[in-house]
Amino acid sequence: MSIIDWFDRRQKSGSKREKLNIPGDLWVKCFHCSEILYLKDLEANLKVCPKCNYHFRITPEERVRYLLDEDSFKEVSADMGPIDFLEFVDSKPYAARIKEAQSKTKHKDAVVIGTAMIDALPANVGIMNFGYMGGSMGSVVGEKVTLLIEAGIANKHPVLLFTSSGGARMQEGLMSLMQMAKTSAALARLRDAKVPFFSILCDPTTGGTTASFAMLGDVNIAEPGALIGFAGPRVVEQTIRQKLPKGFQRAEFLLAHGMVDIVVSRLELKSTLARLMRVLTLTSGRKGKK
Amino acid sequence: MKILEFEKPIEELYVKIEELKRLSTDSEIDMADEISKIEKRASQMKKEIFSNLSPTQVIQISRHPNRPSTLGLARLIMDDFVELHGDRVFGDDPSIVGGPAVMDGRRVMVIGHQKGMDTKDNIYRNFGMPNPEGYRKALRLMQMAETFEMPIITFVDTPGAYPGLGAEERGQAEAIARNLREMANLTVPVISYIVGEGGSGGALGIAVANRVYMLQYAVYSVISPEGCASILYRDAKHAEIAAKNMRITAPDVLNLGLADGIIPEPVGGAHQDWPLTAQEIKSSIASSLKKYDGMSKDAIKNERYDKFRSFGKFNVGSR
Repeated sequence: MSIIDWFDRRQKSGSKREKLNIPGDLWVKCFHCSEILYLKDLEANLKVCPKCNYHFRITPEERVRYLLDEDSFKEVSADMGPIDFLEFVDSKPYAARIKEAQSKTKHKDAVVIGTAMIDALPANVGIMNFGYMGGSMGSVVGEKVTLLIEAGIANKHPVLLFTSSGGARMQEGLMSLMQMAKTSAALARLRDAKVPFFSILCDPTTGGTTASFAMLGDVNIAEPGALIGFAGPRVVEQTIRQKLPKGFQRAEFLLAHGMVDIVVSRLELKSTLARLMRVLTLTSGRKGKK
Repeated sequence: MKILEFEKPIEELYVKIEELKRLSTDSEIDMADEISKIEKRASQMKKEIFSNLSPTQVIQISRHPNRPSTLGLARLIMDDFVELHGDRVFGDDPSIVGGPAVMDGRRVMVIGHQKGMDTKDNIYRNFGMPNPEGYRKALRLMQMAETFEMPIITFVDTPGAYPGLGAEERGQAEAIARNLREMANLTVPVISYIVGEGGSGGALGIAVANRVYMLQYAVYSVISPEGCASILYRDAKHAEIAAKNMRITAPDVLNLGLADGIIPEPVGGAHQDWPLTAQEIKSSIASSLKKYDGMSKDAIKNERYDKFRSFGKFNVGSR
């Protein structure tokens, strides 16, 4: 449902994302405050606008670089890819969409999973990729998120999942809906195994992704300004036929309504995660079991 | 009762039959032959039309205002059904109903979506679109069933969870997500029937079941065909194509391996005959529950887990 907003934004983005008329890629304009930023400075600031704190959307590669210990990320199941089992055709065939997304992102599907260290603490880490068909959850995303959780059950290391997704992937029909149940059921087992799950909600997280694993963190952490919701804002607006309140469905709105535990700047995210991981795993250590 | 577009030719014949019957009694001309001929033609036509329905026509039947409702089915199938209210947190959502009941001497918990029977009722029931309170009430009743070791029967019929302002504020996504996780942990059998519209997460939120059955003309989909069309085709008018592409009818869902069986409906659809439909569902519940007699709690829970764990079609790749 809420993937609508992704399309909305994509249509608008033509004017919004206008490149500056300067040769090379040295400068970018903040989408939020229009400040002209030197790219190297922006990258050194983890792609957070130094002027207005706007958090740019980032790729899984950037997230690995910014938040995980250097060279610690070991990806698994990288070759798992989607199948167009419904032979789904909308304005384009699903098979063509897959090809396009794969060549654009250099990934087989919309999530990468693996093991990594955060401040020298071992973790199972998954990162969703909004650039791949809006981060939509089909069979591959559902399976890989489940494998990530199962890795946590096996190795007892915390599970961290960075979400950014428009929801279920319509091109896989009802099968994509079932991924919500599959991943949530796996989280029930992770809880039984007493392994913490950190859901880090990044811009945007909506639809079936929110209504399954993204909201089920032992700790739900959101990046500032991230859009997080069940239905997309346009759908809600059309339903209630009123203008939406300012900041509706943003991270801070969810914090105020008790749906996330903390809103943390990307600059503080790694240290916050490390502290929480240390505290939560220390407690289980005291009981004498690893 | 609302006559659907494709039902009109049949309806016309029945109107003619009624007219002839009246004429024959009024004028004492024997038209029995004529009448039985037309009656035969009408039932022939009915069979033909209903054996060749397009997905769009099936959707119309699944959304029929007189489609059997949860409360109706509970009364027809169960004894001693007592409706219980409220989520103990915020309020009571009339678009999800439920309560304990007895079927053939066996205690069960009945939970399901409830649409309205007329406009006023529909507004009260929010057209069967639950708020978070509905899902939280459903979970409360499921956990009560867990405590008292009662099998859970759910009836699904919703366009989807309500996309409203209050629903977002009170955590619609969290409510559904929690149900998905907690239903996975239940040690009593859960049997779900997709009665009408199986609308996305709003349907799944009470359908993480050991057995999932679809009524013959029910639909189950990740998004409504209208929603899919307006996003992917940028035009809701393409709903018909979207409906076909998404494979949402009972035989399609069965083929995908996501349903365990189809409950036959009376010719002309479940809205024509609630008692007969209830009978079919009742015998399905009875035979399904028999399977779980004597099965251990862990086995029941694991069966449900393994079922959902297996869902997904993908290429494993070379590693």
